[in-house]
Amino acid sequence: MPPIMRMRIIDAALDHLGDVGAATRLAAATARRMVTPPFEVREVFRQMDRIGVGSLNLTNITALFTGLVLAVQTAYTLAAFGARLYIGEVVALSLVRELGPVLTALMVGGRVGAGITAEIGTMTVTEQVDALRSMAADPIRKLVAPRAWATVVMLPLLTILADAMGIFGGMLIAVLQEGLTAGFYFQHAFRLLDFQDVAMGLTKPVLFAYLIAIIACHNGLRARGGADGVGRATTRTVYASAIGVLVSDFLITKLFVGL
Amino acid sequence: MPDQMIVLENVSKAFGANRVLRNASLTVLRGEAVVVLGASGSGKSVTLKTINGLIQPDSGHVEVLGHRVDDADERKLIPLRRQVSYLFQGGALFDSMSVFDNLAFPLREHLDLTEDQLEERVESLLEMVQLEGIGDKTPSELSGGMRKRVALARALALEPEIILYDEPTTGLDPVTGDAIAELILDLDRRLGVTSVIVTHDIPLTRKVADRVVFLADGAFIFSGDVEEATHDAPAMVRRFFSAGGHDA
Repeated sequence: MPPIMRMRIIDAALDHLGDVGAATRLAAATARRMVTPPFEVREVFRQMDRIGVGSLNLTNITALFTGLVLAVQTAYTLAAFGARLYIGEVVALSLVRELGPVLTALMVGGRVGAGITAEIGTMTVTEQVDALRSMAADPIRKLVAPRAWATVVMLPLLTILADAMGIFGGMLIAVLQEGLTAGFYFQHAFRLLDFQDVAMGLTKPVLFAYLIAIIACHNGLRARGGADGVGRATTRTVYASAIGVLVSDFLITKLFVGL
Repeated sequence: MPDQMIVLENVSKAFGANRVLRNASLTVLRGEAVVVLGASGSGKSVTLKTINGLIQPDSGHVEVLGHRVDDADERKLIPLRRQVSYLFQGGALFDSMSVFDNLAFPLREHLDLTEDQLEERVESLLEMVQLEGIGDKTPSELSGGMRKRVALARALALEPEIILYDEPTTGLDPVTGDAIAELILDLDRRLGVTSVIVTHDIPLTRKVADRVVFLADGAFIFSGDVEEATHDAPAMVRRFFSAGGHDA
């Protein structure tokens, strides 16, 4: 490999490591401010409305159709084994343990993460973040902590609703296509769900939420160079939060399954 | 209280390979209005940001109101930043807030005022910049000149000892620019504020400057009053004045 190319690769790797280090420091600083007063309560509620209520349609529609497709595919696959009666178990377990948290996080990471980066990035390039600092206000407390709180509270709630919508979607296929009764479907759906499934299904969104909020705020605060810079920062957030959610999903799943 | 309000000694700052400040030294005395001139990209805004700690220099000594700024972390800068206001080039008003909330922001952050006191204070700030009754508007509903005046009012909210102005008249028509210059002059006279004004605007400079300093190649190459800048300064400075202040 030519030396100049090797240098570029090393530079890019160091740059990336520096970025991860800065995001990690931001995560630690945000965690401290989330639990120490003063709290920006009004801003937290404003963000909860934007992040949570604003994402409801997207996450619910995604979950409903995921439940529908999952039930169709499951019925088709299980038919080969004469086990179509178990649609409820497969749909519920898949959604609660895996698809509900991950798909909701991916949707929220795209919609909300991009929104946070665009907003904070614009504030950064128009010197509003510097204005905060120049007035002796802490940008992490004012901007990052409220968004992190709002995401951490709302993503698990969105996930619970998404799980319910997905299971409902599965029920539609079970009843309308497979001729099962709704009661039979729900009885089977909840039969195998245990504490560990629910714990995993609710731990994941909390961690995903924090990851998304930190990635989004970090990219916003590091945006440079006007609209173009904000655009690039927003793209980075969508990309990094998706990768972050998928990688951490694997790690959390391994951890829970290993318990 | 020190008479030397701002002291920069051998301050250097580079962004990657671009060395913006090279051993720059500057002292600003109490009540002075110092205008910083220089070509675009010569480090004028970096100088201002170094003064209130928004940018940390790579080397050198920065002291403001007797406090070291160059090696202080954000928490240590809090008391100082209450006394040093910054007027940003684009105003840097918070888009998501009304004019009232923008002006109330530093007051809510640092003073324990009732809502009535807050309203009274905000109204008097708006009056000071001749913009009474616009508290309900958002920054996007204001013209460029109005935004600058609201930003100036916000900079005055905590009654600072020092105001740093970054291009206060850029992008404004001559009449509005002149109104801003009058405001700066009035503040200097009435409140005895110490001002550092970064600008390309020569009419503004002639109007408000007690002293002119010129930044070139990362260092201050001239310091003197407007008369000296026009006649006895290095050719580069005199050209700047004769060309109306815009680097070609």
